[in-house]
Amino acid sequence: MALIVSLPKPLSVSPLKISAPLGGALAFMGLDGCLPLFHGAQGCTAFALVALVRHFREAIPLQTTAMDEITTILGGMDNVEQALLNITRRANPKVIGLLSTALTETRGEDMEGDLRVILGRNSELAGVAVVPATTPDYDGSLETGWSKAVEAMIRWLPQGPQVPQAEQVNILPGSHLTPGDIEELRAIVEDFGLEPVILPDLSGALDGHLPSGWVSTTLGGTSLERVGRMARSPLTIAIGEHMRGPAEVLRWRTGVPVLVLDRIIGLDPVDRLMVALANVSGRPVPLRYQRQRSQLIDAMLDGQFAFAGRRIALAGEPDLLWSMGRLVSEMGARVVAATTTAAAPFLAEFPAERVIVGDLDDLDEQITEAGGCDLLIANSNATQLAARRGLALFRVGFPVFDRLGVAQRASAGYRGTRDLIFTLAGALADAGSHLVTEHRHEHAQATAG
Amino acid sequence: MLKQKVQELMNEPGCATNQAKSAAEKKRGCGAKGLLPGAAAGGCAYDGAKIALQPITDAVHLVHGPLACEGNSWDSRNAASSGCTLYRRGFTTDLSELDIIHGGERKLYQAIRAAAERFWPPAIFVYQTCVTALIGDDVEAVCREASKRLGLPVIPVVAPGFAGSKNLGNRLGGEALLDHVIGTVEPEDAGPNDINILGEYNLAGELWQIRPLLDRLGIRVRACITGDSRYVEVASAHRARAAIMLCSQAMVTLARKMRERWEIPYVEGSFYGIQDTSDTLRGVVRLLVDRGADPDLLTRADALVAEEERRAWARLESFAPRLAGRKALLYTGGVKSWSVVSALKEIGMEVIGTSVRKSTSEDKERAKALLGEEGSTFDAIPNAEMYRMLKAGEADILLSGGRTQFVALKSRTPWLDINQERHHAYAGYDGMVELVRQIDLVLNNPVWAAVRRPDPWDADGRPLEAPSWL
Ligand code: SF4
Repeated sequence: MALIVSLPKPLSVSPLKISAPLGGALAFMGLDGCLPLFHGAQGCTAFALVALVRHFREAIPLQTTAMDEITTILGGMDNVEQALLNITRRANPKVIGLLSTALTETRGEDMEGDLRVILGRNSELAGVAVVPATTPDYDGSLETGWSKAVEAMIRWLPQGPQVPQAEQVNILPGSHLTPGDIEELRAIVEDFGLEPVILPDLSGALDGHLPSGWVSTTLGGTSLERVGRMARSPLTIAIGEHMRGPAEVLRWRTGVPVLVLDRIIGLDPVDRLMVALANVSGRPVPLRYQRQRSQLIDAMLDGQFAFAGRRIALAGEPDLLWSMGRLVSEMGARVVAATTTAAAPFLAEFPAERVIVGDLDDLDEQITEAGGCDLLIANSNATQLAARRGLALFRVGFPVFDRLGVAQRASAGYRGTRDLIFTLAGALADAGSHLVTEHRHEHAQATAG
Repeated sequence: MLKQKVQELMNEPGCATNQAKSAAEKKRGCGAKGLLPGAAAGGCAYDGAKIALQPITDAVHLVHGPLACEGNSWDSRNAASSGCTLYRRGFTTDLSELDIIHGGERKLYQAIRAAAERFWPPAIFVYQTCVTALIGDDVEAVCREASKRLGLPVIPVVAPGFAGSKNLGNRLGGEALLDHVIGTVEPEDAGPNDINILGEYNLAGELWQIRPLLDRLGIRVRACITGDSRYVEVASAHRARAAIMLCSQAMVTLARKMRERWEIPYVEGSFYGIQDTSDTLRGVVRLLVDRGADPDLLTRADALVAEEERRAWARLESFAPRLAGRKALLYTGGVKSWSVVSALKEIGMEVIGTSVRKSTSEDKERAKALLGEEGSTFDAIPNAEMYRMLKAGEADILLSGGRTQFVALKSRTPWLDINQERHHAYAGYDGMVELVRQIDLVLNNPVWAAVRRPDPWDADGRPLEAPSWL
């Protein structure tokens, strides 16, 4: 049980948040033939682009309506229209994700209304699906933008007829899943004889593969045609609390029932996933997973020694915080400092005394109050903090720009959880203990005296 | 106010590119091309101003706006520091919807005070951004008031993103220094051999490749604007005797105004390339001697330059056997391309082409003359075309910036970063040797042979080889 502390403060030092439009753009990377477009000034796009490239080490398609001082005052409809036309001519995308930014929202633009007019008067745009999402930077963080974008996809992309198709299941993964996680998830679902419709599917576009030519949209990801078949599934599985909203919208549109899994790392949530898939498919849990489950339990038995009593400081978006925090505390470690980006109510159940809604500076203070910690789990922006404190940093989340492979790490499922436990146990072993224990303290005093 | 400034900055008499323009073109200004919605790429004015000022390492750099401007990008540059690390922390007012409705001035003042009380910096730079400009937050007034109440310099940097390009932002950053910083502190130790370096941000530590050369001549860098600098160094920069202006388009206005206001003459130079380094060193020495430094300095500079050149060429030659005949494609706006071209050609590499996007007409001519028959100059290559060129093996290595990194890598072509995000320092004599060493390392890495091996099966996945055991 945790107290969620969200104190307004004037100065954010070492921000933890990532802007909502970036989260939205990231979600659109999971659609095939897509080009996300920020409605705002060009700098926002440039920053987001650099951040995404540094994290994924891939070329990232992202464009801007290039608002300037004058168009901001006059209104941006012409810029949106021109941008849509230019993109369509140059890149020929199937989908354009149109994301608003703080600038256009502050001015109070009616982006959806404008878009209707634009689509009505430009036959050239008939072949492109344009999905508008409202993602001002002043509201929420990466998870917020991601979930709003997915919700917009569900609202705006066409659904085909509701012909029930038993061998199919919808998956709505949260932004805390890596392309590697999604690949693992897909394999699990397919092993039950089910075809997953994953929205959005980063494992197609951002898994680090070599295309056979150069395209300026996403390559891979879920196709519009597949999105249009979601209404046929007997079940939608949403992963992460921030995907509950989009899943509910899908249910409201299509009637497909929803199962929200809070996470897919850890024994208990993966058990729930397996049971759900077995029930949907009417097939028993494949032997491979029965075996993987016992392998995970064995890893937990071996790994508990490494975790027991160790003190962890954790920072991340709510659902990422939840996933990691639950795992380490289930293994016997203690979360002594926890910082997140939004006051998500479900974090009241988080296994720590307090969860602070704030920045990495707040995390730093919490670590001091806790008398130190053994391991820091956060994104690469915590590198300076870790260095100042001489702490080991286990990198998760976004952005991670100074370690290869984190963007692809697979921690989902029994096997992923097992691997994550091993890696974390290794990190904890390397970290040693940074806590000056009372015993050691007394000892030092005795020697001095 | 801002509009005036922008107009003035974009019609810089000291800028060679601008000089070559017709009157009508001049009037339109240099950043006024107009961005094409849906086909624009590049940073905003705020980005540029931050790039220009953030390397002041002991200051707080506070960004006034909603999260995106600072949250997505803090600590992502490679400007190195020899001491303070305060500049690397992200500071922002992170405005919420409510803040925006009520206006952000109060919050900004509180943020400035919080930063001052917590970190005791010698100065705080406050950056205006689009949203706070749109809602009319008077950043200049808040800074003035905070400065008075808190008793430390609080410098407004009015370069909201939507005012223009990164380049404009660089210049606006320079203006902020002129208006509020330079000349505010009198140094006690001004000497006849003091110089400023303008437009050097110490990316990957390049300043440290230059400083030893100046040290050996007894020349002191009073202020580097702004690489690895302290606030008071910049504040007392007006007492330098001469200046070197690098990265000409960004800092030319600052250089010119410092000459007008404090009679500090400058040479326009570059530390990329052997010849350039020598010319720049000789140039600044001449200025110092003109202004009364010991004329002996000239002789010593000549000796230093001769010795360093000899040493550099000798080291470069050792790479020739491994690089001669290999083909390079240069695609960059930043580094003066022709000076790199001359070094590559000297060791026998073939340069099949170089971009001249941001070069002056004089640079373009130089590049053309150097390239001769086999190479060509060009403005921009679309990604798809570059991918085709590389895939077809028209070049053995691409030297460029991050934007085209994956065009090279996805076509399995060696690539070296020579732009802002680079991790190696390429300045001065040692830097040129380092560049060639890196080219050698990348180009001759055995990994290329491995990654180019074709799939051992056909399109349907059927093995191409018969079983060896039959
Ligand atoms: S364009 Fe404006 S809102 Fe966007 S990053 Fe630049 S200053 Fe901030």
